[in-house]
Amino acid sequence: MTPMPIRRRIAPLADGVLPVVSTVAMLCALACVFLWVPNERMQGPVQRIFYFHVNAAWEAFTGFGVAALASLLFLWRGRAEFDRLAHAAVEVGMLFCTMVLVSGPIWARPIWGTWWTWDPRLTMTVILWTIYAVYLVLRAMAQDDPQVARYAAVLAIVGVLDVPLIMVSVRLWRGMHPSVISAPSGTGAGIQDGRMIVTLIVAFVAFLLLFLWLLWRRYEDLRLRDELHALEDELAAFDASAARAATGNR
Amino acid sequence: MSVVEAESLGKAFGRTRVLRDVTLRVEAGETLVLFGPNGAGKSTLLRLCATIYAPTSGSLRLFGSLEREAGTRRRIGVVSHQSFLYPDLSARENLAFYARLYGLAGPERVAAEWLARVGLAGIGPRPVRAFSRGMEQRLALARALLHAPDLLLLDEPWSALDAAAADLLSDLLVALHAEGRTLVVATHDFERGLAIADRAVILHDGRVAWDATRGELGAVPEAYRRITGAVAA
Amino acid sequence: MWSILRKDLLLELRTREALASLVMLVVLILLTFTFALDPDGARGAAPAVLWVTLIFAGLLGVQRTFLVERESGAWYGLLLAPVDRGAIFAAKLVANLVILAVADVVLTLLLGLVLGVPVPAAPIELLLVNGLGLVGFSALATLFAAVSVRLRARELLLPLLVLPLLVPVVICAVEASRIVLSGGPAASAGVWLRVLATFDVIVTVAGWMLFEQLVLE
Repeated sequence: MTPMPIRRRIAPLADGVLPVVSTVAMLCALACVFLWVPNERMQGPVQRIFYFHVNAAWEAFTGFGVAALASLLFLWRGRAEFDRLAHAAVEVGMLFCTMVLVSGPIWARPIWGTWWTWDPRLTMTVILWTIYAVYLVLRAMAQDDPQVARYAAVLAIVGVLDVPLIMVSVRLWRGMHPSVISAPSGTGAGIQDGRMIVTLIVAFVAFLLLFLWLLWRRYEDLRLRDELHALEDELAAFDASAARAATGNR
Repeated sequence: MSVVEAESLGKAFGRTRVLRDVTLRVEAGETLVLFGPNGAGKSTLLRLCATIYAPTSGSLRLFGSLEREAGTRRRIGVVSHQSFLYPDLSARENLAFYARLYGLAGPERVAAEWLARVGLAGIGPRPVRAFSRGMEQRLALARALLHAPDLLLLDEPWSALDAAAADLLSDLLVALHAEGRTLVVATHDFERGLAIADRAVILHDGRVAWDATRGELGAVPEAYRRITGAVAA
Repeated sequence: MWSILRKDLLLELRTREALASLVMLVVLILLTFTFALDPDGARGAAPAVLWVTLIFAGLLGVQRTFLVERESGAWYGLLLAPVDRGAIFAAKLVANLVILAVADVVLTLLLGLVLGVPVPAAPIELLLVNGLGLVGFSALATLFAAVSVRLRARELLLPLLVLPLLVPVVICAVEASRIVLSGGPAASAGVWLRVLATFDVIVTVAGWMLFEQLVLE
C-alpha cells in the first residue's frame, strides 16, 4: 500500500509549499527574461520567447514520459493511482506541448518570415501532439467504462515506443529535402552572454516547478472526482436498500 | 478443496455495481442452481466463474486457485444463451476448431464423436447459421463438453428450447452429474432447475438472498416470491 | 495460434466478406485518385497513392477480424480457451496481413496500369518494402482494432489511434518504394528498410505483450 502514504506525505508539501515556490520561481524567470537578460544580437527581442519555448518543450516531454511510465505501472500493478497519474501527466504534457506549438510560430514569423516549416523538430512535435490529443479523446469518449483506462494506457506506451522511430524517420525524411531555412537550433550559436545561461537555468527551474504543481493539481482533481463518484454510489446503494426495507415492512 | 469458492465477491462495471459481497461455495460433484430476477447478477457471477471477468472486490477461487490461468480455464466449460459458435462454419468445423483450441489429440475424430453424441451426426456441411435453435444449443453443448471440463457453467440453458430438446438437456445434465462433474446453472425455470439441483441459491440485487440445501429445495419458489416480491415463473 | 489463424482464414475463404469489401474499397479509392491527379505528373506520386489508399482501406477492413467473433459471442469462446492471449493477437495480425497483402497486390498491379509505372522493374525489392510496411501496419492496426471494436465510434476512432503512430511506416515505405522504382542505389533504400524493420519488431512485440491487457474485463 505504498502509493497512499506517499500521497499523504507529500500532500502538505505540495499543497502549501509548491504553489508559492513555483510562483516565486516563475516571477524570477519573468524578471530575468524581460528585464535582465540582454537582447540577442541577431534575433532581437523576439528571441526571448526561446526561454519559454524550449522549457515548455522539456516539460511536454517530461509529461509524456511520466505518462508512459505511469501507464506501464498501471497495467502491471492495476492501481488506480497510476492511471490517474498517467491521465494527469498527459493533460499537463499536452498543455506544454500546445505552448510549444504556439510559441514556435510566434518566434518563427519575425525570424524566418514564415509561420511554419516542416523542420524535423516541428513535425515531430505536431505528431506527438496528435498522438496525445487522441489519448485525451479516447478518455473523454467512455467515461464509465473502466476498460478505457487500459486502452489509454496501451496507447500511451505504444506512443512513447514509437517516438524514437518517428524522430528517426522524420529526420531522415527532412534531411533529404533541403529545408528552405536552416532552423537556428535553440541553444546553438545564440548563447553569447553568461546572463543567457543563467536565465535559461532559472526558467528551467521555474517551468519544472510549474509542471509539478500543475501535475499535482490535476492528479488531485481526478482523485477527488473518483472519491465523489464512490460516495455517490454508496449513497445510491444506501437509498436503494432503505427503499427495499421500507417496502418489505409494508 | 471446493471447486468454486467466492468470498465477499463483488463486481462493478465502472460505476455500476452488479454484484456485492457474494460468499458462496460449490463442492466437487454438486449441482448448484442459481435463481434470481433479471439484473440480479446471475450471468455476471457465471462469467466471473468462467474467468471471463475479474473480480473488482473480494476473492474468487477456482479449483483452489486465485489465478485465472490456462490450466484453470481448461477445466471449465460454459454454455450460454449465446452459442459461441461461428455461424459461417459447419458444425464439424466448429467442433474441430474448439478441439484444437483445447489441445485435444485427433480433433477431427473428437468432433465426429461429439456430433454423434448430441444427435447431429448426419448434419453435413451446412453452416451453423442455418440451424434451428435446438440444434444450435445441442452443438453448443458439444462445444462446451468436448474437452471434458470438471466444472460446467450454464446460463439459461433451457431458454428458447422446445419441450423435447429441453428434456434431452435435463437428461444430459443428470448424466453429467452422475459422472461426478460440478454444475452451476442459472435459470428462470423452477421446475427443471429444482429437478436437477443439489443446492439452490437465490440472487437478488447482486447479493445472495438465500442459500438452500437439498432439504429446503421445495421452499425455493415461495422464498423467491417473498424475496423479490414477484410471481415465481 | 495456428488453429485460430487457420480458422480465420477458413472463415474468410468461405465468406470472402472482408476481402471483397477491402478490394472494392481499394479500387474505388484508386479510381478517385485517378480523377484527382494528372496521370503524367502523378507517376512520381505512385508510392504515395499506394500507401494512402492501402492504409485508409485497411483501417476499415482490419476491424472485420474482430467483428467476426462478436456475432454469436465466439469471442468469449476464444477467451475461455487455455490459449495465450498473445497468440490471439498474432493470429489476427497474420490474418489481416494476408488480406492486406492480397489487396496490395491488386492495387500495385492496377496502379501500374493506371499510372504506367514499371512495376516489374524491381519486383523483389518492392516485395520487401511492401511486406515490411504491411507487417507494421497490420500490427498497429490489429492492436488498436481490438480497442476500437468495443467502443461506440469505432470507425472514427481507429484512424485516430493508428494514423499518428503510423507515420514512420508511411515515410519509410513511400521513400523506399520511390528509390526502388526509380532504380536508385540499394543502400539508400536499405536505410529506410532498416527503420521499417525496427518499427515492425517493436510494434509486434509490444502488441503481443500488451494485447492481454486489452481483453481483460
